[in-house]
Amino acid sequence: MRLSKRTVLMVGALAALLGGLVQPAFADYALNMPQGVTDTSRDIYGLHMTILWICVAIGIVVYGAMFYSIVKHRKSRGVQAAQFHHSTALEILWTVVPLVILVAMAIPATGVLVDMEDTSDAEMSVKVTGYQWKWHYEYVDEGVGFYSNLDADSQEARRLGASRKPQSVENYLLNVDNRLVLPTDTKVRLLITSNDVIHAWWVPDLGWKKDAIPGYVNATWTQINEPGVYRGQCAELCGRDHGYMPIVVEAKTPEDFKAWLAEQKGGAANTAGGDAGADAGQQTVGTDTETVEDQSDPAGETTARADTGAQGGGSDSAAGGMTKEALMSQGQQVYSARCVACHQADGQGMPPTFPALTGSAVVTGPVDDHLDMVINGSAGTAMQAFGPQLSDAEIAAVVTYQRNALGNDTGDVVQPSDVQAAR
Amino acid sequence: MTATTHEVGHHDEPTGFTRWLFTTNHKDIGTLYLLFSLTMFFVGGAMAMVIRAELFQPGLQVVDPYFFNQMTTMHALVMIFGAVMPAFVGLANWMIPLMVGGPDMALPRMNNWSFWILPFAFAILLSTLFMPGGAPAGGWTLYPPLVLQMGTAFPFVIFAIHLMGISSIMGAINVIATIFNMRAPTMTLMKMPLFVWTWLITAYLLIAVMPVLAGAVTMLLTDQYFGTSFFNAAGGGDPVMFQHIFWFFGHPEVYIMILPAFGIVSQIIPTFARKPLFGYASMVYATASIAFLSFIVWAHHMFTVGMPLAGELFFMYATMLIAVPTGVKVFNWVATMWRGAMTFETPMLFALAFVVLFTIGGFSGLMLAIAPADFQYHDTYFVVAHFHYVLVTGAVFAIIAGVYYWLPKWTGHMYSEALGKAHFWLSTIFVNVLFFPQHFLGLAGMPRRIPDYAVQFTDWNMISSIGGFGFGLSQLLFLYLIIQSIRGTRNATAQVWEGAKGLEWEVPSPAPHHTFDTPPVVK
Ligand code: HEC
Ligand SMILES: [Cu+2]
Repeated sequence: MRLSKRTVLMVGALAALLGGLVQPAFADYALNMPQGVTDTSRDIYGLHMTILWICVAIGIVVYGAMFYSIVKHRKSRGVQAAQFHHSTALEILWTVVPLVILVAMAIPATGVLVDMEDTSDAEMSVKVTGYQWKWHYEYVDEGVGFYSNLDADSQEARRLGASRKPQSVENYLLNVDNRLVLPTDTKVRLLITSNDVIHAWWVPDLGWKKDAIPGYVNATWTQINEPGVYRGQCAELCGRDHGYMPIVVEAKTPEDFKAWLAEQKGGAANTAGGDAGADAGQQTVGTDTETVEDQSDPAGETTARADTGAQGGGSDSAAGGMTKEALMSQGQQVYSARCVACHQADGQGMPPTFPALTGSAVVTGPVDDHLDMVINGSAGTAMQAFGPQLSDAEIAAVVTYQRNALGNDTGDVVQPSDVQAAR
Repeated sequence: MTATTHEVGHHDEPTGFTRWLFTTNHKDIGTLYLLFSLTMFFVGGAMAMVIRAELFQPGLQVVDPYFFNQMTTMHALVMIFGAVMPAFVGLANWMIPLMVGGPDMALPRMNNWSFWILPFAFAILLSTLFMPGGAPAGGWTLYPPLVLQMGTAFPFVIFAIHLMGISSIMGAINVIATIFNMRAPTMTLMKMPLFVWTWLITAYLLIAVMPVLAGAVTMLLTDQYFGTSFFNAAGGGDPVMFQHIFWFFGHPEVYIMILPAFGIVSQIIPTFARKPLFGYASMVYATASIAFLSFIVWAHHMFTVGMPLAGELFFMYATMLIAVPTGVKVFNWVATMWRGAMTFETPMLFALAFVVLFTIGGFSGLMLAIAPADFQYHDTYFVVAHFHYVLVTGAVFAIIAGVYYWLPKWTGHMYSEALGKAHFWLSTIFVNVLFFPQHFLGLAGMPRRIPDYAVQFTDWNMISSIGGFGFGLSQLLFLYLIIQSIRGTRNATAQVWEGAKGLEWEVPSPAPHHTFDTPPVVK
């Protein structure tokens, strides 16, 4: 009696294990690798399924023999143990057969790999730069570039003990303020690098991930077949907020993409005076795009627009004289969206790596030093330059906030015009 | 070196704490290693529980992401260097002299030292949890530039790693010296039990790669404090070079953690199948080929850094090749069972589970070797599932199997077979509930090392966490059974298991303090 029960258990366990292996083949995205929307991703999916089925087949043979033996060749059945201990023929067989299978597998894998590494004949290039913890995209030779941060709703729900539930956020942790927009049916070269630590740019639907490494530019490519929105995440541990730097790619038809690009450039032409200074111009435009789409409160939006005008050279529309209340409330928003990851909500930081702002010599000292730190960052540390990322108003607000909150009380009010002067 | 260098026959050993502190006896030191490893298994396990608690649902409920990263990093360092490696060294200490018919390890004082370094190394490592800036949080792989953002802990972590390395190297030297010098004259190399063979090869791997790790972390240290730029791109260095050096250590390291496990399983299966190991010679050659291949596959851990095509192809082919000798091993184990007369005591159950579940880890390893597919799998939960199948249901299950197998020899008492089986079934079921769903999570797009995740990953994470808590709790039963066997009443015979063959089963149980003062004769 006991025996058969045990047998049943074991067979059950085997079935469960094999079932688990086989299951992904029939299930949807949640269980298995997505087929994706590029030829590469489909090829990879094909390789993945082939090797999976090979493993399942070998598994059935090996586990089958093993469980047959466990059931039949047990002492309690009164069997006598054989004493054989090798068989040259068998040993050669099970060395050669796997070798053949491996060669059969290596051939298609090589083909796909060769194809993936061929970045020639790209029709356009996008430079992707990883930052702790956001991405920056730059359309090479187009003068368009912008930062892409985790969206505000996820930002709110992700806090330790947040009252907002992740389930109430659409695309929780997989949504951004500014999407990377790419044309379909176009070979796009991606030049991937990093500003600080190593990140990895990964959108499963495109079929691959690639490391973003400081000092390296990794070239790779993609050609998306279907318009749509594809989501991914940073895939290389990059510090505290590694889990919070998503990637969203929006694929538009080439015509829609052209229109979108023109719109982006239009903003640039108005303000930065065309592409006069290609390099500096791109950053400015980036700021523009980001702040315009990023700001949820209308006040911020207008300021940001006006502000970009100011950066473009004209000081005509610089928003002077914000009230301290307005600065403090916007400052708190900016602080909690952009600074808390390192300096913490209470300003205590995580010394010695991330300094406390409460009572900090910089924050309680001369305003100019404080502005310099925020605008230009501190080379060689995680403190990045926020000058290109934030508008004058945002910097003024966050600096004012830091000087009058987080346990500091300097009474200083910093205006956007001060920031503009400090740039 | 000869057996006479060992102080044979001094019988007035100290008692109490000094006995353990000053001991040069291989059995005492083996016991110390094993108890240390068990402690670290629970420390690292507690960290895993924090990780699984945070991942039970999306959003942050338990810890800050920075602390979460400290937990994943420390969990790995503690489990690899504190639990798995010392467990194997402990088993080597206890069993190698007994298995080759030698009176003790060849270098007993060094043996004492190599153990006593470890508690200090881990006291330093664990103390970093309380330092400003916390414990290391950049992953156990210590990739720069991220690792350079560590706080005060940085030099302490590096010093602790140096100490662990020194300890491992001394342990490895001792194993090699023992195997070559302390064997009974009639114990020829090709008569050695497979556990001894696998350890011999492992010891060479250790000596080859631990200094490489030490070099890599020392370069990190000088980059941080002495203005060098080995890995700093801005100074003309190369952050990817660190990864190459690290994995040149790291890949052999994973075989360091699995080859002795192969050895243990190759001892246990023949015993309970009552049949000699199938293909002994091919097992030895397969082990040696795996060890060799382990040196030329390291970059499969870093396909995504952007290597030249030729490099990617080379590392893909070399990695796939490892499947051949590994397959030979699995086939040999199955052939050993074939037409045997099997019984299923706890050690055998764990060994059988090892064969089944390690093979699943091998399958996912083969999948990961396919470079284009790795561009999807890499750094996802699929990888987490893969290496936990080879390390938990592989290495750890083999260690547990070995402990149940030899425990009566060490303590002289049997453990409760019924509870042992309960421990087996609980562990095996929960460990699969814990790790199997992680394959799905990874394939569906969940990156590893994240404290929070998109809501579509919730279900499998919950299931995985439940499995994690269950697996963690089940190990308390293991602890209980070890204590029971130490204090036990049911005496074990010398042979302990009906089908057991080998020198270790010819000495009484518990094995006396000194054994084989005169070499035995091997038939
Ligand atoms: C990725 C982590 C990170 C983020 C995000 C970050 N900082 Fe910093 N911050 C640092 C580090 C690291 C330093 C120390 C730099 C140094 O040592 O030179 C620092 C220093 C500072 C200082 C000087 C403090 C002192 O006492 O030296 C100020 C002011 C500051 N940051 C403001 C900000 C503001 C404002 C934001 C948000 C807009 C921000 N930081 C976001 C990492 C960060
Ligand atoms: Cu990142």
